[in-house]
Amino acid sequence: MSATEPQAAPTTDAPIRTDMVIVGAGPTGLFAVFEAGLLGLRCHLVDNLDKPGGQCIELYPDKPIYDIPAIPRCTGEELTNNLLEQARPFHPEFHLNQQAESLTRLDDGHWRLVTSAGTVLEAPVIVIAAGAGSFVPRRLPLPGAAPFEGKSLHYAVRKMEHFRGKHLLVAGGGDSALDWLLSLQPIAASTALVHRRDEFRAAPDSVEKMRALVAEGATSLHFGQIAELHGTDGQLEGVTLKQTSGGEERIACDTLLAFFGLKMELGPLASWGLNLERNLITVDTEAFETSQPGIFAIGDIATYPGKLKLILSGFHEAALMCQKAHKYCRPDQKLVFRYTTSSTELHKRLGVAD
Amino acid sequence: MAEIFVIDRDGVEHSVTATDGWSVMEIVREADLPIEAACGGCCACATCHVYVAADWLPKLPEMSRDESNMLDEAFQVQDNSRLSCQIPFKPELDGLTVTLAPEF
Ligand SMILES: Cc1cc2nc3c(=O)[nH]c(=O)nc-3n(C[C@H](O)[C@H](O)[C@H](O)COP(=O)(O)OP(=O)(O)OC[C@H]3O[C@@H](n4cnc5c(N)ncnc54)[C@H](O)[C@@H]3O)c2cc1C
Ligand code: FES
Repeated sequence: MSATEPQAAPTTDAPIRTDMVIVGAGPTGLFAVFEAGLLGLRCHLVDNLDKPGGQCIELYPDKPIYDIPAIPRCTGEELTNNLLEQARPFHPEFHLNQQAESLTRLDDGHWRLVTSAGTVLEAPVIVIAAGAGSFVPRRLPLPGAAPFEGKSLHYAVRKMEHFRGKHLLVAGGGDSALDWLLSLQPIAASTALVHRRDEFRAAPDSVEKMRALVAEGATSLHFGQIAELHGTDGQLEGVTLKQTSGGEERIACDTLLAFFGLKMELGPLASWGLNLERNLITVDTEAFETSQPGIFAIGDIATYPGKLKLILSGFHEAALMCQKAHKYCRPDQKLVFRYTTSSTELHKRLGVAD
Repeated sequence: MAEIFVIDRDGVEHSVTATDGWSVMEIVREADLPIEAACGGCCACATCHVYVAADWLPKLPEMSRDESNMLDEAFQVQDNSRLSCQIPFKPELDGLTVTLAPEF
């Protein structure tokens, strides 16, 4: 699991023009690709995660879901894979590992969306399918942590080179923590791992490799929780550990990589001038359009009287949204209502025409 | 009526009516006390972290592997830490006291 750190250096590229830009590649965003595709609309998706699937893939890939209509049981991962398969004929393009940052209106009425990686997307329709916001790494909730963040305290690895020759302390017991410890150990000046207990949920193979490094003295292993950071001007010199065994220990280090999972944070879309109610975007229930024409909100992020935060609600919202979105994308075309069962035109789009 | 006691982050104790079959997280959340419980009780977020009063600890169901793994992503974990969504309320827990762990 990984997500980009909130800050990034934008490098502006030539704009990509499309029909629909979808912010969030969760189940709702993925199904919107399908519904838009049936109407002949092309989509680009932006997500902060390194893979599509939203909460289903990040929070519960192996847990069963029982309330998807006509699918008695599937896991979060299976649902994601099926949605990707269903959307495949429409060639969605994914811009992953980047956060949708700014949204501005162009003179021709289209919208321009710029991501943290500098991707520029322009379209008549923006669909916000952002769930509870972007998945971002959980920060260390220590009062003195902020000045170190981005300088000597990191929650993700952007460039491995950055860690060359460092005295690195890695915190966490999952796959991210162990994978990065193993990858960075050969180039760091020294490495140490701190975890709450002598049990790791990371893949057994990584745990074994880590233990081998500890055994040969290449890495030190500490059990406890970080209680205090030491250093000046954002430069870390060490941390105080509250040991699981009861005592305190000071570990010297100049760089700390902390992995405490991801959480969802509304992020930049809070400042896009949309009507918000308790961190949710208010929409009408005819087309799920926001207070800004051409900007729609569907799935968990959207709210209206009677809203239920269920995957099936997001699917329904996606279908209705696309009807109105079509008007913005193809103002001169009249939309005819057709079934996938019988329409030869839809069969062509789906790639199932004979 | 069964009840549980919830000590909030300001140290204020609230007595809350406890419904059989609900999880302790749900009881706290439905009483409008500040518990994030981002994953809705699926043991997937660690934002329902509580400290359980010492005398109640042995009366709780044993911690599953899932729960102890998830606790790795919480902060300020102590020996009496539990994820409250993993504690179903039953009549024997009448009077249970939990303290909400710091938010992060
Ligand atoms: C443990 C658990 C179990 C659940 N079980 C069920 C169930 O059984 N049935 C059911 O119907 N529902 C269930 N849900 C709820 C369901 O997962 C959500 O309703 C669903 O995921 C919402 O889909 P979404 O596409 O609207 O948003 P999400 O799945 O939240 O996806 C939103 C995506 O948008 C991205 N994003 C947001 N803002 C930005 C930005 N600015 N830039 C880039 N990317 C951004 C996020 O990174 C995220 O990937 C469950 C949820 C959880 C946590
Ligand atoms: S509510 Fe998410 S782990 Fe308990």
